Amino acid sequence: MAVVSIVVELKDQPGQLLRVVEPISRLGGNILSVVHQRDKKTPLGRIPVEVSLQIDEKKVEELIEAIKGVEIIVRSYNKIRLLATTSIMLIGHIVHTDLSDTINSIDKTGFAEVVDMHISMPHLNEPSTAMVTVSATGKEKLREAIELMREVCRRKSILMIEPLNEEQI
Amino acid sequence: MIKIAILGFGAVGQGVAEILADRERIERWIGRYEVVAVADSKGSIYSEDGISLKNAIEAKKMGNLPEGKSTMEIIEEMDFDVAIEATPTNIDTGEPGLTHIKACLNKGSHVITSNKGPLVVAYRELAEIAERKKVRLAFEATIGGAMPLIKLAKRDLAGNEITSIKGILNGTCNYILSRMEQERLSYNQILGEAKELRIAEANVSYDVEGIDSAAKLVILANAVMGMNATFSDVEIVGITSITPEAFEIAMEKGYTIRLIAEASREGLRVSPRLVPLHHPLAVRGTFNAVLIQTDLAKEVFVIGRGAGKIETASAIISDLIDIYGDRTY
Repeated sequence: MAVVSIVVELKDQPGQLLRVVEPISRLGGNILSVVHQRDKKTPLGRIPVEVSLQIDEKKVEELIEAIKGVEIIVRSYNKIRLLATTSIMLIGHIVHTDLSDTINSIDKTGFAEVVDMHISMPHLNEPSTAMVTVSATGKEKLREAIELMREVCRRKSILMIEPLNEEQI
Repeated sequence: MIKIAILGFGAVGQGVAEILADRERIERWIGRYEVVAVADSKGSIYSEDGISLKNAIEAKKMGNLPEGKSTMEIIEEMDFDVAIEATPTNIDTGEPGLTHIKACLNKGSHVITSNKGPLVVAYRELAEIAERKKVRLAFEATIGGAMPLIKLAKRDLAGNEITSIKGILNGTCNYILSRMEQERLSYNQILGEAKELRIAEANVSYDVEGIDSAAKLVILANAVMGMNATFSDVEIVGITSITPEAFEIAMEKGYTIRLIAEASREGLRVSPRLVPLHHPLAVRGTFNAVLIQTDLAKEVFVIGRGAGKIETASAIISDLIDIYGDRTY
């Protein structure tokens, strides 16, 4: 999943935003925020609207074409790079406590996602061990994501081992 | 002439007595001194003119100290300048050390202690009594055994604001984790080995559940970071549920696992953490290690032996010399 920010120019008329939202929804995108920049009206009276969303990375181009296809001006779009990355370890009944829900708690934030995971399950019904790599749009957001994961783990009685949050020494 | 009372005569108290018996070593620093009393919970040896430390150590080796004055009677009835309080730690009540230390400070004696309990329970109160009575309360031996930490932070880093302290404060846990890292054996297998080597005591929960580390962290936070923390402020997670695979998987990303006690503005916590393999805190064996972060000096790292009879006694002796020694060195 990628986080994408798209700036479109919409006529100041009812129903315009819906034309942008429809293809996003159809392609499985998840809208994170919509900001109308009314103070930045174009000379032709259009309003720039910035839509941030989460979508399968492979569908970004298709989405842009679909929006252009309904005669909306796409002024710019860019994938938001995930800037901060860290590893956290989980030990416990990771699989039996709904692993996808655990991962989803990070992915659905829109600002962070689980980008890699290595899980070891040596014996049935015994605790598993997983190393999860989380990326976020910035350091502060990464901290927020880890805090979120901490709460999920507390609820599921999973031991979470955090990295020493350290600048390089 | 400095008059010393040793209260508590277990391994640490005896270690102090052994070093003090070496007058040549100690008098160079503090001049003439006598130990006027040695006491434990069962008995005591005392004399206003000074006792023979050798006899006291011998008596303890043979069994108990002879019945005599109780520790409190010694504190109340005898004249001494400095008490070395080395009774066993109780972090719930601080006793019996708390009562001993209060009584000694109140009568105007300096106190040097290796006992974490009284400081965890009542650091603020004890520090205030010491200040009011114009005597010293020294406790280098409570944290990290021989590793210099309290005086390092308070004196050598004077003028700095300490922004965080992160460290390994329990050698037993570090031994278990670093052996799990090397051997990829289970926690219980390595715990058995540690018990056989007498690195872990029979009742190991105090160590492996992070309680010992948390107690030391509270003392550090209060004494060198100016916090007003209590034991219940520490978020504690121990090491008992760490799997052998954890080290293998962590290693692939360049990490190992250590039990880290951390004090910062965000709070106090003791928990297993992923530590980069090249990080100074990724030490092995029974070592203790602490990384102090300050605003001016930035990072300062200390490593040393966190336990042991003579090692801990060394910290007590350093406090004694700090109180009485010639500061012109």
